[in-house]
Amino acid sequence: MKNCEPRFLSLGDTALTVEFGRSIERPLFARVIGLRQAIEAERAAGGLSGIIETVPAFRSLTVHYDPLILGQEALVGQLRAVLATAGTETVSGRRWQVPACFDEALAPDLGYVAEQSGLAAETVVADLAGTDFLVYMLGFLPGFPYMGGLPGRLSLPRRAEPRLKVPARSIAIANEMCAIYPVISPGGWHLVGQIPIEIFDPASTPPALLAPGDTVRFLPVDRAEFDALRRDATDGRFRLVPKPTQPDESEAPP
Amino acid sequence: MTGSPALMVIRAGAMTTVQDDGRYGFQDLGVPVSGAADGEALRLGNALVGNPRNLAGLEIRLSGPVLRVAANRVHLALAGTADFGIRRHSDPQVTLPAEPWRSHLLEDGDEVVIGSVREGAVAYLAVEGGFALPAVLGSLATYGRSAIGGLEGRPLRVGDRLPLVCDDALGSGNRILPTDPRGDEPGGAIRVIPGPQDDHFLPTAWEALLGAEYVVSGNADRMGLRLDGPALRHDPGFGSDIVSDGLATGCIQVPGNGQPIILLCDRQTVGGYPKIATVASVDLPRLGRLLPGARLRFAVVTVAEAERLRRQREAFLSGLVSGIAEAAAPGEIDLEALYAFNLISGIIDAFEPVPPRHDEGP
Repeated sequence: MKNCEPRFLSLGDTALTVEFGRSIERPLFARVIGLRQAIEAERAAGGLSGIIETVPAFRSLTVHYDPLILGQEALVGQLRAVLATAGTETVSGRRWQVPACFDEALAPDLGYVAEQSGLAAETVVADLAGTDFLVYMLGFLPGFPYMGGLPGRLSLPRRAEPRLKVPARSIAIANEMCAIYPVISPGGWHLVGQIPIEIFDPASTPPALLAPGDTVRFLPVDRAEFDALRRDATDGRFRLVPKPTQPDESEAPP
Repeated sequence: MTGSPALMVIRAGAMTTVQDDGRYGFQDLGVPVSGAADGEALRLGNALVGNPRNLAGLEIRLSGPVLRVAANRVHLALAGTADFGIRRHSDPQVTLPAEPWRSHLLEDGDEVVIGSVREGAVAYLAVEGGFALPAVLGSLATYGRSAIGGLEGRPLRVGDRLPLVCDDALGSGNRILPTDPRGDEPGGAIRVIPGPQDDHFLPTAWEALLGAEYVVSGNADRMGLRLDGPALRHDPGFGSDIVSDGLATGCIQVPGNGQPIILLCDRQTVGGYPKIATVASVDLPRLGRLLPGARLRFAVVTVAEAERLRRQREAFLSGLVSGIAEAAAPGEIDLEALYAFNLISGIIDAFEPVPPRHDEGP
C-alpha cells in the first residue's frame, strides 16, 4: 500500500475532500474510514465545531462544514491533527448475511453473465454467495451500496442498453462492483438476483440498512423461502440484524 | 372555520414543493440534501412572518399556486418576485395586487394568488408557524426522486390540503424589510474556486471557462444546470472518469462531452465525473434562481476571498432580518426601521473589514 500523504481538495468554501489515493483499494478505504471514525469521535467529544457531516467514498472522505463557523485553512489544520491519530488498520463495520434468491425470474441477467464468463450459472451463484462484499460507499440513490470484492471472472462492462426499470431489491453487478437497487430505478448493471428485504426506508433509524465499511454475504434461498421472507419483511415480522462481531475471523488486513 | 388549519390547493402551479434549508446528516447513506434552491429568499420570507430561519416554506417554480385559507387567520409573505395577489372572501371577484417582500394577513376563505415568477426561476411563500407535516430524516424538504419529505414527497396537486401549525396569527401582516434584499446582491461573474479536479483539465479548458460565456440549457432543474458553451477538454492523461468521490452543491462537473453541469440542491452525494471548479457559496442563491437561457460568466476567487464574500453577505442578510419592522401603513416606508437597519449596518461594518458600501439602502 502506498502510504502517501493525503491531499486536501477544496469543493468550494463549504466542503473539503481528503484524498488518500486514486484507485479502489481496501487499504486506502481503511484510511477513509479511519479518518471518519476519528473525526466523529472528536465531534462526539465536542470538538471540530462547524463540521456538518462527513461522506466516505472509495478513496476519499468529503467533509461538509459551515464556512461562517470554520474557515478552510483552520479545518485543514484540524484535520491534519486528527489524521495523526486516525486508525488505518482495518475496516470493522457490521457484518450482514442477506438472504438472496438467484432464481431465473429474479435474476434476468444470470444466464448472460454465465455465458460471458464461460461459467455454469451455478458457479456464478456460488461465486456470488461465497464472497464477502465490502460496502465502500452509498450513492446514486439513497441507500444504494457500491460493494467491492466481486470475483474478477464475473467482471463485465455495464449493459450497452440500460434498463428503464430495474426492479427494487435487485442484486446487480458491473465492472468490479456489486450493488443492490433500493427502489425501482433506471439502471445499466447486470441483474443476478434479488433480496427479500428493503435496504432503504426513510421512516427507519438509520434509514439505510447498510453503511460504508459494512460487509455483506449473500445467503442463497429458494423461491418459496424468498417469497415467505418477502411476506414477513413486508408485514414487519422479519428484520435483519447484523452478525455478532467475531474478531478472529476475516478481520485481518487484506 | 371548522377542522384543523390548512391551505387548500385550488391551483398547484408548475412545480410547487415544500422546502426547508435542507436535509443534512444522511449524505453518507446517499440521501441528497435538497432544500430551497434559493435559501436566502426562504430565510427572508421566514423572517418576515417571524419564523425561525430553517422552517419549511413553499418553493414556487416558474408559476405559482392559488391557495385558499382554511384557518382563522394566516400570516404569510412572498419572498421573491412574482405576480402576486390576494382575493378577500368578502369580495372574491377582485384580486388585489399584493407586494412581495412584506407580510400579509389573510382570513378564513381568503385566497393567495401567485402567477408567473419574475426575474428568475423561484419564489418562496413563508407561512407563520409553518406546515404541520412530518419531518423525514429531520427535514421537511421534498426530494421528489425518492418521494421523501414535503407533502407525500411530491409537488402540490389541485385538491391537496396543506396542514398548518397555526390556526391564528401573531403577526400583524405589515412587516417589511428595511431595503431591497436583491439590491446588495453580487451581479456579474459567478465566482468559482478551482477544484477538486482542476488539474484533470487542459489549460484551454480553463481559458474557456474563464473567458467564454455559457448559457443555461433547457435541461435545468433542482438537480443541476446543464450549460451550453465551449467544451471543457479533459487532460487525456486523466480522461473523463474518476473513481467516484464526494460532491458539494455548486460543483461544476464535466462529463466526456465537455459541457459543464453545475450541481444544485437535489444533486447526488457522490459522483464519477471530474469537477473543474466549485461555485463560491455566496453565489449559490443566485444560481438557484437561474432560468434556461440565462447567460453566465465565471471568475476565479481563492477560498479565503470566497469566505470573506460570504461573511460580508451574511452581515448584510442578518442586518436585513434585524431591520424588519412594522410598516406604518401598507405601502409606506418605515423610517424607524430604515434607521435601525443603517445602525445595524454600521455596527457590522465595525466588526467586519468590509469596504463601505453606498448601494445598500434606498
